[in-house]
Amino acid sequence: MFAEFLQFLFSGITVGAIYALVGLGFAIIYNASNVINFAQGEFVMLGGMGTVFFIGLGLPMPLAVLLAVSLTVIVGFGLERFAVEPARDAPIVTLIIITIGASIFLRGAAQLVWDRNFHSVASFSGSDPIMIGGASILPQSLWILGCTVVIVIALHMFFNHSMTGKSIIATSHNPLAAKLMGINTSMVLLMSFGLSALLGASAGILIAPISLTYTGVGIMLGLKGFCAAVLGGLGKPMGAIAGGLLVGISEAMTAGYISSAYKDAVAFIIILAVLFLMPNGLFGGRGTERV
Amino acid sequence: MNALSKPETGGILSLALVIAILPAFLPNSFYFDVVILVGINAIVCVGLNLLIGYTGQISLGHAGFFGLGAYFSGILVSIHGWPPLVALIAGAVFVGVLAYILARPVMKLRGHYLAMGTLGMGIVISIVLNQEGDLTGGPDGMPVDAFSVFGWEPGNELTWYWMVGGLLLIAVWLALNLINSPVGRALRAVHGSEVAASVAGVDVARYKSLVFVVSAVFASVAGSLFAHYSGFLTPSEADFFHSIELVTMVVLGGMASVFGAVVGAAVLTLLPQLLTVFHDYEMLVFGAAMMITMIFMRRGLVPTLQSAFNRWRK
Amino acid sequence: MSMLRVENLNMSFGGVHAVENMSFSVIPGTIHSIIGPNGAGKTTLFNLITGVYSPSSGRVFFNDRDITNIPTFELAKYGISRTFQNLQIFFNMSAVENVMVGNHLKTDSRFLPALFGLSSIKRGERECRERAEQIMCDVGLEKFIGSDADSMPYGALKWLEIARALASEPAVLLLDEPAAGLNPSETSEIDDLIKRVAEKGITVILVEHDMKLVMGVSDHILVLDSGRKLAEGTAEEIRKNPDVIEAYLGHRRRAR
Repeated sequence: MFAEFLQFLFSGITVGAIYALVGLGFAIIYNASNVINFAQGEFVMLGGMGTVFFIGLGLPMPLAVLLAVSLTVIVGFGLERFAVEPARDAPIVTLIIITIGASIFLRGAAQLVWDRNFHSVASFSGSDPIMIGGASILPQSLWILGCTVVIVIALHMFFNHSMTGKSIIATSHNPLAAKLMGINTSMVLLMSFGLSALLGASAGILIAPISLTYTGVGIMLGLKGFCAAVLGGLGKPMGAIAGGLLVGISEAMTAGYISSAYKDAVAFIIILAVLFLMPNGLFGGRGTERV
Repeated sequence: MNALSKPETGGILSLALVIAILPAFLPNSFYFDVVILVGINAIVCVGLNLLIGYTGQISLGHAGFFGLGAYFSGILVSIHGWPPLVALIAGAVFVGVLAYILARPVMKLRGHYLAMGTLGMGIVISIVLNQEGDLTGGPDGMPVDAFSVFGWEPGNELTWYWMVGGLLLIAVWLALNLINSPVGRALRAVHGSEVAASVAGVDVARYKSLVFVVSAVFASVAGSLFAHYSGFLTPSEADFFHSIELVTMVVLGGMASVFGAVVGAAVLTLLPQLLTVFHDYEMLVFGAAMMITMIFMRRGLVPTLQSAFNRWRK
Repeated sequence: MSMLRVENLNMSFGGVHAVENMSFSVIPGTIHSIIGPNGAGKTTLFNLITGVYSPSSGRVFFNDRDITNIPTFELAKYGISRTFQNLQIFFNMSAVENVMVGNHLKTDSRFLPALFGLSSIKRGERECRERAEQIMCDVGLEKFIGSDADSMPYGALKWLEIARALASEPAVLLLDEPAAGLNPSETSEIDDLIKRVAEKGITVILVEHDMKLVMGVSDHILVLDSGRKLAEGTAEEIRKNPDVIEAYLGHRRRAR
């Protein structure tokens, strides 16, 4: 009984950590630019597919990972410079369409350069399950959790202790004031896209050994990451992490106890319930419109 | 923007003229097929534009309503033997009521939260259509019987063409009536400033619900037509990508322009057909086209061309 | 008899008391000004009266009816209208259409007749447009009758907001800093307009920083400071009130 619960919890936390990373990517870009980057899921895809590709070239795993992450970050920079920057002052709906266009473009490019097949990536360290309290956990899950914790701590340090990180936060609070203080806000935007790409690619690489990777992998992961980010109250990094874990665990519990058919709907049902009751997300606070 | 009433009567006549003479230029049934799909998409977009373009409320889930309308017709007609017209109306009523129930909580959301809410709504609908296989045939889809009214069937492509063309004209006419009335002005006021609209006595929540329901019903009717026309349904009609296509049609054609919605639907329905010559490059080109038009023609095709034309005339 | 009465109104935003224990009443047909330094709670008070915010506690009465938690759009039916300090123009419409929205409650806004374009709707629209054009002429906006709102200069937009508010034929009109950002000659035109509005029997509640304007037109002045009532009375009484001189005028002079 308890072992079963623990089993679902492990798998929920594992996938929840991935959603959290994707959600963090949404939050970072939203903070810096008020843009929701619907191409976030493609960063995940590029991370996974890139790794498959570089390993296929015969490169060792760590190097392949490094190259895949670098490739994704470069794509992130390009996305900001060529698609988002020229339309900065456009209405929300226009920016949504642009980033969705970008995601279709990236998926199309990936299908063209690589293929439409499913690929598996070897686990980072063995695939023998470890038993804890009667439930088994894959070593890769531990990698995911460990890496997520490291990434979150590193991000925390970056935002609170480095000048670049602080200038991103300053820009998110008040872009004009930040600009007047001499912060290169355009650079901040570029950085935020790079950082999000890095997070997305990491998520894609970490999850690849557990669930197969293919060029369409980013669609659902991206949307669920968006759920996580909104659930936590857009632009709240810690909220996105909590949102990601909440979505992941609820999904695993639903699949385990109720029905796996509606597993994918769980994230969206939660988000609808939360938005209907709290229109600004779980941690979004209550805003009063200024007129 | 002002004194639009005159060009609009001109607009509806031009549209009627285009629909009337187009068949002369369509060489075979493949072209008819594409044009009929343009018409069906245009009906959805004319309704969706009332919501997005005029009232300023985005929806990333309208394919859900399209899909529900389609499946309602499919299931009632093909499994339960209902007359197609009755099923179409029943579907529209069902979708209207559902949209009305959803509207209060959904339309309370703003900006990206609204995008998320409508997206979630559409995806949940599409997942239900996928999973309730006993009813919908699941991911494999379901066949749908032919359309008929009192024994009459639009047998070939040409009759379908006239039917869809006529319905599109009616949809455009209804939308223009609505826009050029106190109701339409209230909707645009909600877009301009919600607080100023309510000071003027506009019940913002009521108008948002109203337009949400109207746009959902347009989508449902178009969905029912599509179900009978294509004769086969899959849950992809209701999926996220189709919702995005619909929004892109509206924005590409021109927000707050009824004819823009028609043009947007035409361009985006034709584009993939043209792109088939690019084979593997199809998605790449489609995505790039979306980005480029949105970056360089932000107001959409029709308003951009309209103002260029006005400048040229001066 | 008071037209508008505010009793013990309180409003706080996360611990900050924007309006504290406010009570006052407005006599019909008068020009009632509310002054005070920035952040004194003037606009918050407007938002509370017009239902944009709900007060933490306290009541608002209009002709002795409790209107405290009535939503903004319902208040329009009572004849309460207002303008905004930071313009709330419908930039997606023409100038005339902006004014026509002000007339919303007097138009036929039933859905089905609108959808089927009944001729009664079209007739109503023509009449509504004529009325709106007339109001624009009345406030001196005749040359913008054919303009889009987004092509109008700032000063004209301030008048457009007043025209839109007048189109609802209000019993009371709340003006939030109508002269802010205007030059002296435009300000004196606003001065004229306010007097003309009051002559029509419309009660005016005015929030304004321009002291010359306020002292010239007001029948009654209410002075706020940090969300509290500091003083109230006629222009003469306010001018002589030592608290006002100290806390408001004195402070402002030093600041300049």
